[in-house]
Amino acid sequence: MWADLVFLGQIAVKSSVAVALAALGELVAERSGVLNLGVEGMMLMGALAGFAAALTTGDPWLGLGAAALVGAALAGLHAFFAVALRANQVLAGLALTILGAGLSSFLGRSLAGQSGPRFRPLHLPWLSDIPVAGEIFFTQSAPAYLLYGLAPLLWYWLFRTGSGLRVRACGQGAASADAAGVNVARTRALCTVLGGALAGLGGAYLSLSYTPGWATGMTGGQGWIAVAMVVFAAWRPLGAVAGAMLFGLFQALQFWFQATGQELVPAWLLRMLPYLLTIAVLAVVQGSPSLRRRAGAPADLGRPFAREG
Amino acid sequence: MSPWSRLRIEPRDRALPPLFSLGLGVGLALLLGAAIFAGLGVNPLSAYAAMAAGAFGSGHALSEILVKATPLLLTGLAVALAARMLLWNVGCEGQLVMGGVFAAGCALFLLPPGAPPLPAASAALLCGALGGAAWALVPALLRAWGQVSEILTTLLLNYVAVILVEHLYYGPWRDPAGFGFPGTAELPAAAHLARLWPEALGRVHAGLPLALLLAPLLAFLLARTRWGFSVRVIGLSPGAARYARLNVPARTLAVLCCSGALAGLAGAGEVLGIHHRLQEGLAVGLGYDGIIVAWLARGNPLAAPLTALALGALFVGADQLQTNLGLPASIGQTLEAALLLGYLAGEFLARHRVAFGRAHVG
Repeated sequence: MWADLVFLGQIAVKSSVAVALAALGELVAERSGVLNLGVEGMMLMGALAGFAAALTTGDPWLGLGAAALVGAALAGLHAFFAVALRANQVLAGLALTILGAGLSSFLGRSLAGQSGPRFRPLHLPWLSDIPVAGEIFFTQSAPAYLLYGLAPLLWYWLFRTGSGLRVRACGQGAASADAAGVNVARTRALCTVLGGALAGLGGAYLSLSYTPGWATGMTGGQGWIAVAMVVFAAWRPLGAVAGAMLFGLFQALQFWFQATGQELVPAWLLRMLPYLLTIAVLAVVQGSPSLRRRAGAPADLGRPFAREG
Repeated sequence: MSPWSRLRIEPRDRALPPLFSLGLGVGLALLLGAAIFAGLGVNPLSAYAAMAAGAFGSGHALSEILVKATPLLLTGLAVALAARMLLWNVGCEGQLVMGGVFAAGCALFLLPPGAPPLPAASAALLCGALGGAAWALVPALLRAWGQVSEILTTLLLNYVAVILVEHLYYGPWRDPAGFGFPGTAELPAAAHLARLWPEALGRVHAGLPLALLLAPLLAFLLARTRWGFSVRVIGLSPGAARYARLNVPARTLAVLCCSGALAGLAGAGEVLGIHHRLQEGLAVGLGYDGIIVAWLARGNPLAAPLTALALGALFVGADQLQTNLGLPASIGQTLEAALLLGYLAGEFLARHRVAFGRAHVG
């Protein structure tokens, strides 16, 4: 029983890394006031670029770098439309998702089914030997450890530094931030691009560690779940990681039921579980007035800013 | 001083006509497509020639455009209707699938054997619309009374619908006499949607006139009725709507469910008119395409038939690329995204002027 729980925790963490990285990225963009619904497309392109680069160079780390660059480039496109052209951000984001899905589908044709280098579980001295917690959190692959470092770093940056305050100001009140001398357009563009790089990393985690290899549409909606987890997290980095772990737990339950041969719940229902539970989580967090008041989305989220008004 | 510091963007006094942004969208899509073709080592001109020949070169191709345009028009109308109230129905894909599921379920299990064709097909279509509406119900309720963003809830349900339909045709609904082929048995002939004119129009079925009828009906409903007026008021100014004591939650529920019903009809039409069984190939992105159909038509139901035809032609042409040049058909999806981004850029340039040099004084 105890070993089962540790195994469940391990799979939950393993299943959460991609969503957590992408959610952190989306969180930075949304904190600056840009809604980027292109996460799914950026993750797909990141997964493809990461796998392709790792395959040609033989080094998964270079794959991770390539994925971050591709994600950032696509996010740059979104920033151009959302910030420079002040376009409808929902529509531009959806276009980015369609673009990423289409491009990755036909660019990745020849790579489908190939096997390439991957990140293997990395044993950390001392940390991995901690009972239970160490077995759950520190038997993961390198990108997971990257995530553990990144989440508190982003929290510190957003909530404890001057530049983080300026980012939040752009999302909370763009006009006031502008009056205080913040370059709103540049801040928003940079945050969007950073968010895209993280979404790309999330995609590459899928193709280099979680389910190694490239398959069309392999993200299976994880980009959308990442967007939902930002709402769940009330726009807080550590909450976003917790939300992603919750999603990981939904995924892990599915594997656990299958692996332990418990036929209580049919497999197709288990496959729906992560999506349905994400909707349920959204319903609770956004549907309850008191939680909604406390969570508080950035006031200028999705609103283009122009000085002439 | 860099030349860019002299770049200025000024609002135009009068916006350029909508054809400008559409033209720019098409131009940008063609340009991106050319870059992709060149990158794949194919002469862009010959690729486009192959697409055009594929889409317009024969009577069969022209009829296939109409076949593709039928569900595109319905999902486009679904998105446009919700957009009138500033609601994003990005769940058309799932609603379309559930429309297909309900229509097939009705035809397979509910219709009495020997039912006459017209009532049978109508009942199956109606069930399809119900299925689409039912799939939009939970997001609608959550949005209407819980203020839960409908974007994420409708979208996440797309994945659930796809899992459900796969379970049905791989599992309990699978045809026992199908040699292990994943799919239901063929639906009874009475439930099939009639082909309009098989000799000349191929697979074009009764769903097309139905969709073409719904477009002006929806336009009339929105423009000329009290209900449509209230929907437009809520979309234009939620504050004014509350002040006028309009029942916003009830309208939200009605609009999202009607939107889902339209998408459900699209799925029912595909199953009853084209596939004649529930099988793979229903969830191919027609719901997402509806977003593009609606926005290129600027939310106008009367313009949606034209944009649906244009997108249908793009997809038929892209299919030809696959058969003639061995290029993947998913290039159609990429061009579609470029079309939308180009349109967004055009919208900006229609309202703004880009100029170099010093600003006018005064």
